[in-house]
Amino acid sequence: MNEIIPNSLRNGPDGRGRFGEFGGRFVAETLMPLILELEAAYDSAKADPTFQTELDYYLKHYVGRPSALWFAERLSRELGGAKIYFKRDELNHTGAHKINNCLGQILLARRMGKTRIIAETGAGQHGVATATVCALFGLPCTIYMGAVDVERQKPNVFRMKLLGAEVIPVSSGAGTLKDAMNDAMRDWVANVRDTFYIIGTAAGPHPYPAMVRDFQCVIGNEAKAQLLQAEGRLPSVAIAAIGGGSNAIGLFHPFLDDAAVRLIGVEAAGHGLDSGAHAASLSRGRPGVLHGNRTYLLQNEDGQIQEAHSISAGLDYPGIGPEHSWLHEIGRVEYVAITDQEALAAFQLCTRTEGIIPALEPSHALAHVAKIAGNMNKDEIVLMNLCGRGDKDIFAVAQHLGVSL
Amino acid sequence: MSRIAGTFAALREAGRAALIPFVEAYDPNRETSLALLRGMAENGADIIEIGVPFTDPMADGPTIQAAGRRALEAGASLAGVLGLVREFRAGNTHTPLVLMGYLNPILSYGVARFCADAATAGVDGLIVVDLPTEEADLLLPDAAKNELDVIRLIAPTTSDARLPLVLAGSSGFVYYVSITGITGTRTASAADLARDIPRIRAATNLPIAVGFGVRTPEQAAVVARHADAAIVASALIETLCKHDVAAVLADVAALSAGIRVARQPHADQA
Repeated sequence: MNEIIPNSLRNGPDGRGRFGEFGGRFVAETLMPLILELEAAYDSAKADPTFQTELDYYLKHYVGRPSALWFAERLSRELGGAKIYFKRDELNHTGAHKINNCLGQILLARRMGKTRIIAETGAGQHGVATATVCALFGLPCTIYMGAVDVERQKPNVFRMKLLGAEVIPVSSGAGTLKDAMNDAMRDWVANVRDTFYIIGTAAGPHPYPAMVRDFQCVIGNEAKAQLLQAEGRLPSVAIAAIGGGSNAIGLFHPFLDDAAVRLIGVEAAGHGLDSGAHAASLSRGRPGVLHGNRTYLLQNEDGQIQEAHSISAGLDYPGIGPEHSWLHEIGRVEYVAITDQEALAAFQLCTRTEGIIPALEPSHALAHVAKIAGNMNKDEIVLMNLCGRGDKDIFAVAQHLGVSL
Repeated sequence: MSRIAGTFAALREAGRAALIPFVEAYDPNRETSLALLRGMAENGADIIEIGVPFTDPMADGPTIQAAGRRALEAGASLAGVLGLVREFRAGNTHTPLVLMGYLNPILSYGVARFCADAATAGVDGLIVVDLPTEEADLLLPDAAKNELDVIRLIAPTTSDARLPLVLAGSSGFVYYVSITGITGTRTASAADLARDIPRIRAATNLPIAVGFGVRTPEQAAVVARHADAAIVASALIETLCKHDVAAVLADVAALSAGIRVARQPHADQA
């Protein structure tokens, strides 16, 4: 599909599914043949123009792409520096970028003749997007969700059930996203023949990190073209929030070879990077292996995985996609961290100045924009991925603001 | 000859299969694990598999997950497990010990240092669940240097074409995961084993052990008729939870008896 350009940062992963020393396929032998089958099927789909045509059809008519590029003029004025643009993936059907990937994967599942879909979810956004495409294509769907998350994300649990999905609360471990992913993998091992596992972020065993990235690159590709049309130039900074990192890699990847574009990924610092309660795998973790890939992880000195914390359930994950680990090590992308409180402030700032209620995930990115935009020149451009809308978060935000609904 | 190879050679002479019971290290504490290791060796265990606790045991069912959680709460660590092995070895130099676990604690310890320390402590073999053959170059050189057997998992999904690749670099024995699923859930039937084991035999001269879902002396005997070893884990952990060490050792003795009569002429043919 894409021509291989020597020295491009966009050529990864290698034949072993690695970005530098990160990535790979660390799964039990039962799954290994499945992973290889998936890789072959994805390679064949990528090379088949009808697959892309079919995906484009659904992205346009069902999701509503391309999503708008919005010049956040009042916010820019308020921050007093760079021109800030939002890539508005929160306007997608189901309210976040997750659907881009779910559509790509379910079309692939259909191509492979799989008849049952499973997925993990944290906040429920990926679960809702998966349940949505399963309803669209009439496939049975089982969603694994941590028991703690089931309790704190009741509206999304109800949405998934309305859409016909079976939601299984996972009480092993701490009952959050990491444990949901463990149980989804256990389901997959037990149902290898008929089941397709739609992983929600750019992590997991190869080919998932590359495949999810490819499906999310529509964000960066569109934004690049839209910005060139609006401003005739590239941004000075492109910025996105990172949990597993799928919306960020989707935004960054098309800009990796544009050396003048500064790329910034924003992790969740929770109660603070030194509080022990955060989700900043790059800032405070170290490389290890979990969920099929080698990447930066929050872990103790004995290699046991630690629980993450963030006000945003979508960032509440102790790992990160392997391509981000590599981009961190080679220094192409800067990774910073934003606390719960800073994200809450940005959430309100965006709502007040732009009339857009953002999800708590992109509120982390926006909080960093608020830190840097004022020090930039007025002719500089900041491109931020507004990857989800905040309807799902109003209860959590109300609680943190001391308001009872 | 390695301890594992020696054990299987002696069993071949004796005309019977091996019993490999499993102990989740530190479940619910270190003393219990040590008592189980010592007692199992005296009650018919031919090899013992020691589970190294990990926070995210993706191939394990609820029983071993819970055991791992209890073990971590009791302070289990990879270094602690090696200490347990050292203490067991002080009184037993003949029963092979195989560590089964996940890659991350080993990576965190350092692969080279771990292999050296494991061999010194008296570990004979390693089963690393999330290290498929495609990634095994990470472990094989250091394991070989320290004469540790790297035991490979083979699954029902492993095709004939893939078998030689998976078996390359494996030693000790081959671990056949007899079901598609997680530990302690489904059980393979005699017919499944009669179909699957010859397929693996054709690809290797290594002994074949069968695990996942082997619970009773009768099931162990079925395995013993088709394969070279039966691995029993979740059932023993459940016994430990409900009863005590003595009850687990009684189960091990019964499983061992089941295996010992399995190939005798009067045993029921499965």
